[in-house]
Amino acid sequence: MHALEKILAKNSGRRTVKTGEIVTAKVDFAEINDLYLQTVYSFYEMGGEKVWDNTRCAFVFDHYAPCPDIKSASNHREMRQFAQKNQLKYHFDTNAGVCHQVMPEAGLIYPGMIVVATDSHTTTHGAFGAMGTGCGATDMATILMTGELWFRVPEIIEVRLEGEAPRGVYPKDVILAVLGRIRADGAVYKAIDFTGSYVESLNVAGRMTICNMAVEMGAKTAYMQPNQAVMDYVGARAVRPFEVQTTDPGYRYAESHVFDVSALTPQLACPNSVENVHPLPEVLAGGEVALDQGYIGSCTGGREEDIEIAARILKGRHIPPYTRLVVIPASAQVMQRCMAQGWIQTLMDAGATISTPGCGACLGAHEGILAPGEVCITSTNRNFPGRMGSTEARMYLASPATVAASLLNGRITDPREYLD
Amino acid sequence: MNTRVTGKIIVVGDNIDTDQIYPGRFLAITDPKEIGSHCLCGVDESIAASFPRGGIVVAGRNFGCGSSREHAPIALINMGAAAVLADSFARIFFRNAVNLGLLPVVCKGISQKAKPGQTLTVDLQAGTVTIEDTGETLPCEKLGEQAMNILEAGGIKPMMRARFGKD
Repeated sequence: MHALEKILAKNSGRRTVKTGEIVTAKVDFAEINDLYLQTVYSFYEMGGEKVWDNTRCAFVFDHYAPCPDIKSASNHREMRQFAQKNQLKYHFDTNAGVCHQVMPEAGLIYPGMIVVATDSHTTTHGAFGAMGTGCGATDMATILMTGELWFRVPEIIEVRLEGEAPRGVYPKDVILAVLGRIRADGAVYKAIDFTGSYVESLNVAGRMTICNMAVEMGAKTAYMQPNQAVMDYVGARAVRPFEVQTTDPGYRYAESHVFDVSALTPQLACPNSVENVHPLPEVLAGGEVALDQGYIGSCTGGREEDIEIAARILKGRHIPPYTRLVVIPASAQVMQRCMAQGWIQTLMDAGATISTPGCGACLGAHEGILAPGEVCITSTNRNFPGRMGSTEARMYLASPATVAASLLNGRITDPREYLD
Repeated sequence: MNTRVTGKIIVVGDNIDTDQIYPGRFLAITDPKEIGSHCLCGVDESIAASFPRGGIVVAGRNFGCGSSREHAPIALINMGAAAVLADSFARIFFRNAVNLGLLPVVCKGISQKAKPGQTLTVDLQAGTVTIEDTGETLPCEKLGEQAMNILEAGGIKPMMRARFGKD
């Protein structure tokens, strides 16, 4: 069996599971973000009284952090009341950050667990050898009532990433290249197991960036076998004992795709689709792309490593007038570490706008909305039409290094021009 | 649940994501009718106001990709849609639709065959979709047992209420 199948089997009280079977599995942790007051409504509509376990579920207020309007503030208020009424052990208010960064930091994510959240990017937690998947508000309400959810055991695709990344190529470039080949629906209903020498040597942040975007191919979940970096990370934080699952030798994947990371250049997902991926040099050969805004942040590209590379590129330089660079650290912890290193200062000196940890403009809620006709380059995960504001704005997805280098020139720029 | 649905259609393209179905700027809204009034406004702002009650949305591949936002099927239901037919669906959207009693039907090639304004009949028992205007019939995928059980109960909410003895 695959490690993911072992996780599903263990949590559904079975010895084995097979692809296509429907199983009802225990959920080890459930997270509700602040877009989903409907979860509370559905909970009561279905006759819910108390959550099944007040140590295994939490709210994270990240999409409206802090609230931009009366409606979202009222929603927060109702969710806070629900959390208090149920005496939830963990609660992450508007001072915490994006759920997928905050939960691992708090030790709530560890190998071998099932985590379900009302957010599609829950695939991120495959980085830790966990099974993470997103669900809607009402599915979440059923979890809060019962502690379990039904799952179809997915086909598992192997994406094997071999080799070392060349200068200027980051985990974001790698996952964009994968997405360009597998396409936006290439993994619908399936799981993606990222394997290979590149993954084995990758740090925690890079692993999270790659697993995060598995959902952009339609994947139900992502997986990476934990490496030493993961064991060190969770060993210092995990709030419960855990068991690492491993895939049996000779396991047969539904499909295998092999990528030579050493042959990649920086990548871009061009407007307005995540699968419209091209090598950056190819896009530049087609002509100059002038920019209005750059954005560094989110559960994909707002971690310490992302802000560090942006600060390194922008140190002692300044973005041009009439452009703006919005930087939103993924969590309060990330922001504090970046402040201690002086990177926030460097970015502000370079003309960046810093905002409080959270999802920010990634989904067009607030803090960096685009006007019709504007062009933005961003380290986030989606460039769907209207994602960051107007449907007539154009968005390019790129690594934080490419975003920083591009804003420096006010046009899309190869970051290798600014790297030692 | 009615396993046979007839309705007038609108046709949208491939990869219609949840931001196009229901843009992020409206996510704090909780009133279902108001949610419905913004449905598909990322594709065309005039769709929701003119959508025929009991109508059917026909789409290309990967309908509902992107976020887990349940606002997407809530918007479709409250706009008046009875079913969505697509070449394929994104997973979370599919689950959310079934949970709320919106029929998601996989019918490969439908987005190329059907024309806006035509009337379609979906027959889930027979596994067919008929374009009433031309008489042409296409096969559609039947739903799995789990999904059918939920839809037959009228959605996950009545099913859970029954399980917890609330009715």
